[in-house]
Amino acid sequence: MKKYIFEALITLKNGILDPQGIATQKVLKRLNYPVNNIKFGKLIEFEIVTDNIENAKKIAEDITFNTLINPVLENFELKILKEIEL
Amino acid sequence: MNAGIIVFPGTNCDRDAEFALKMCGFNTEYVWHDFTNISKYNLIFIPGGFSYGDYLRAGVLARFSPVMKEIEKYILNNKGYVIGVCNGFQILTEAGILRGALTKNKSLKFICKDVELKIMNKNTIFTKHIKKNNLIIPIAHGEGNYYIENYEELKNKNLIAFEYIENPNGSIGNIAGIYNEKFNVLGMMPHPERNSVNLLGNGDGREILLSIRRSIENEYIL
Repeated sequence: MKKYIFEALITLKNGILDPQGIATQKVLKRLNYPVNNIKFGKLIEFEIVTDNIENAKKIAEDITFNTLINPVLENFELKILKEIEL
Repeated sequence: MNAGIIVFPGTNCDRDAEFALKMCGFNTEYVWHDFTNISKYNLIFIPGGFSYGDYLRAGVLARFSPVMKEIEKYILNNKGYVIGVCNGFQILTEAGILRGALTKNKSLKFICKDVELKIMNKNTIFTKHIKKNNLIIPIAHGEGNYYIENYEELKNKNLIAFEYIENPNGSIGNIAGIYNEKFNVLGMMPHPERNSVNLLGNGDGREILLSIRRSIENEYIL
């Protein structure tokens, strides 16, 4: 068995209100930084224990698409950070 | 006339719901989220609160509780009616029972105040016995900004239940509540159970609950 460490980067789709981004941008503008389009996302790290990388990818995608994101509002990117022999 | 009030860890409007439903003549029972026998209820009330602390996203973790699978079957088999209020509405959209999604208020603030709603469809069991055209009902939410990609379809199918007269949270089309396609599920951000007697405002929230009760009673007579 192997352990795979995944990272899911979750971002809001275009047009979905990002209050954290707006609030942060307002403050940075007030501090006179030339900054625009601040967007917040979520980074969720998790481990999958299974026998091969294809399985691990499939499980990770299932988890991310079915639970971690809301497909109406969010996009995601999935990365494998590490593969560890158990 | 039996109403089941679903209680998740973090639900906090269950007692208001019980009070309001009792005032409107329902027998009520609390239903813990891992309970699976809900077929005896004529109405399922999913109250507001912060199920599972609203971690990950509002309502999403509650969607995986055992009772939600039963609610899906209950709706599919026309066993009765379901109303989800506030966090209950968020849970219903996350579960895919209602369309669209709820996201953070445009004002970036938690809003707690009375709002005026326009009833958009008076042919459903939830509204057909309401004489008024507009209702005053309180809202209390941080994530009540309703969004859907195909708004026109929702409108054309008459699935919009209520619209805000003055949009408090940025919802698309001023939407405050919607139905599913079978019109046996209503999800709404405003809290009818918090304005169920005159002492708490003008009692407009009672209108919705009484409409449900009268509709169910009439079904039995037929």
